[in-house]
Amino acid sequence: MTHAMASAMRPPFPAERGVDVYNKKLGMWVFLASEVMFFAALIGSYVILRFGAPGEWARPGIVLNIKITAFNTFLLICSSVSMVKAYAAISDGDPRKMRFWLLMTIIGGAMFVGIQVYEYFHLVEHGFTPAGVREGSELAELVKDGTLPAATMGLYGSTFFTMTGFHGFHVTCGVISMAYLYFVKALPGKITPQDYAGIEVVGLYWHFVDLVWIILFTIVYLI
Amino acid sequence: MSTVAATAHAVHAHHDDRSFVRKYVFSTDHKIIGIQFLFLSLFSLLVGGVLAMQIRWQEGFPGQPMPGGKLLPETMASGGVLLPEYYIELVTMHGTFMVFFAIMLLLVGVYANFLIPLKLGAHDMAFPRINMASFWSAFVAGILMFASMFVPEGAARAGWTMYTPLSARHDLSGSSLGQELWSISIIFFGLSSVLGSLNYISTVINNRAPGMTWFRMPLSVWALFITAILGLLAVPVLAGAAIMLLFEQILGTHFFDPGAGGQALLWQHLFWFFGHPEVYILILPAMGMVSDLVANGSRKPIFGYHSMVFAICGIAFLGWIVWGHHMFVSGMNPTLGSTFMVSTLLIAVPSAIKVFNWMGTMWRGNIQFHTPMLNAIGFVAMFTIGGLSGIFMAATPLDMFIHDTYFIVAHLHYVLFGGSLFAIFGAIPYWYPKMFGRLMSDRWGKVHFYLTFLFYNLTFFPMHITGMAGHMRRIYDPTVYDFLKPYQPMNEFISISAFLLFATQIIFFVNFWWSLFKGEKAPLNPWHDNGLEWTLPSPAPHGNWETPPTVYRGPYEFSAPGVSEDYLPQNRKLPTDREPALAPAHGD
Repeated sequence: MTHAMASAMRPPFPAERGVDVYNKKLGMWVFLASEVMFFAALIGSYVILRFGAPGEWARPGIVLNIKITAFNTFLLICSSVSMVKAYAAISDGDPRKMRFWLLMTIIGGAMFVGIQVYEYFHLVEHGFTPAGVREGSELAELVKDGTLPAATMGLYGSTFFTMTGFHGFHVTCGVISMAYLYFVKALPGKITPQDYAGIEVVGLYWHFVDLVWIILFTIVYLI
Repeated sequence: MSTVAATAHAVHAHHDDRSFVRKYVFSTDHKIIGIQFLFLSLFSLLVGGVLAMQIRWQEGFPGQPMPGGKLLPETMASGGVLLPEYYIELVTMHGTFMVFFAIMLLLVGVYANFLIPLKLGAHDMAFPRINMASFWSAFVAGILMFASMFVPEGAARAGWTMYTPLSARHDLSGSSLGQELWSISIIFFGLSSVLGSLNYISTVINNRAPGMTWFRMPLSVWALFITAILGLLAVPVLAGAAIMLLFEQILGTHFFDPGAGGQALLWQHLFWFFGHPEVYILILPAMGMVSDLVANGSRKPIFGYHSMVFAICGIAFLGWIVWGHHMFVSGMNPTLGSTFMVSTLLIAVPSAIKVFNWMGTMWRGNIQFHTPMLNAIGFVAMFTIGGLSGIFMAATPLDMFIHDTYFIVAHLHYVLFGGSLFAIFGAIPYWYPKMFGRLMSDRWGKVHFYLTFLFYNLTFFPMHITGMAGHMRRIYDPTVYDFLKPYQPMNEFISISAFLLFATQIIFFVNFWWSLFKGEKAPLNPWHDNGLEWTLPSPAPHGNWETPPTVYRGPYEFSAPGVSEDYLPQNRKLPTDREPALAPAHGD
């Protein structure tokens, strides 16, 4: 037993418990409440800026590639399903199956991040940046011929990159914590049918990140 | 999850073989983290105070070289006379340091960490390592903010509220790196605050000792718990806004840029949506601790315990729907303005409940005039004045006139200094024995209190008058306006009082450091209090309790009939007390 583990394992202090869940899960729910407020600030700002914008917003599908992102959304939803499968496997007492589904989830999450990074490079290459449309780029032509509204492209870029960027950051954090779970906990057999708090807690986070994406995909890409 | 339980008894709570670094630097012990926060926040308090003195020199004696001003580089002061650019940096950093790094860390960082597990009878926080991360991100934030004062082009210059577009555009503020460091520092600060809050909330919900039911918790813990909820939900909004501001500064985004369709007012809404709950983050813990001090100092049960709890909850709830009262002059629909006015005025009700309950507690009590109690009484009096002037500015028509004047400065210092800081000056000597095992000098504590109380009022009360006369806050030189010239002697008076107020704090600092090494060794329970923390040795050992305490009653059973002393600790079992029934434990 390492020192770090020892300090994490405190004697079973009898305690008044306000809610019938263990501390890690409670802590994750509380943390997710603050995450809701964080994304509410970003998404709320987007809604206010978009509806208060001086003029039309760019029609969906001109700047952003909906198809590839729809595939990415599908991937993320699938990774949520595989996370549930991992959780179900370990609570049924099957660590081998749990490891498989956890690995699937990690791969799904990593692919999502990879595709998003590719998308970002692609967008910047075509002239779509957080500051708006770059002068002399491919998209600047579209602004010139009136396909894209000049007045709101700056806001479009600002909100798009901030919201999806911070979502991507959260996905990355999720992938890192799942990789930690997989290599440090699951492979050495430390996640057992008796103690699988890590899977459940990271799973909660993962579903939250997924849910945020469904909202973002709808409001940023589709409408 | 239950297998953890079996092996863990081997880890004895009091068998302390941690290395120096694990014990005092990267410690996961909530008490050490609380003490680390104490030193960080007292340092910030000093920084904020030094900045305030320079502000007062400029306001009291504009155009005259400041003593020691020649030591400042040419970019800050020319020939000892402060430059306008430097003056606005002073105002900005004074506010930032005092609000975020002094008062907020003193209340939430120090006392939430130190008191919650001790008062609830827990080993430690629910997540000790997250707690450590919370301190170190606050530390990084503090270092960045401090460093930002020494970069080329100087610190942030848009006031602590960072209104856009001034804060977002370097060509307007003239400060670039300082502005960016402010945003980055606040993002780290937000992270620290969220990590701390989630710890406090989880600990209070799930780690209370057997018998410590919700309505047996001390009011300090109630207040810190509700504050943690405010921090958890409000600070992420500030972090989100600071991120947008940072992107505005370094990536050229357009959130707050009206020229590209953005909205400068959006910043104000985001900032004050955080900022008003923040106001209650800065006062609720002080109210909670003062409730403990007043009951103890009056040797009487707190008057209206339940109404105190509900008043805390009421203030916290109303705190979410009043942010617009900071923006009455920013332009808003009058109907919306009236709504914000009414909701703001409503806050007077729970606040008044608290003030009257404190007075009801003191009524016919056996009042002990020791330093903590004196400061607590100071808090009640000064908070009342600050609260009453708050009602003035809640009224939209009046606020139109006094907005952005020294009246506001007077009000916020009456609640932040007269309120929060007096509570802190009471709390520090009160819990000092549990932190360091020694008592602070009560005599010098009293001297410090009386002088602070005097000079504090001489400093801040006249600001109401100059404010009513139209003295705008943050202006560099009031004497350039004819209508303010007659008030210059009053400004000089304020400045001299402020210098004396600052000098008085030397007594506190000397008392603090002297007592650390030479103070009288503290007994177990120097204040004859009922809280669980007083059943521990002074200073409290690592791991707190070997066996968890059992709680039989609320924390305010002073002068109870049928008991020989005038206090009755929460864990003392009387023949009539029954053992608490507990739900089966889950382990962590």
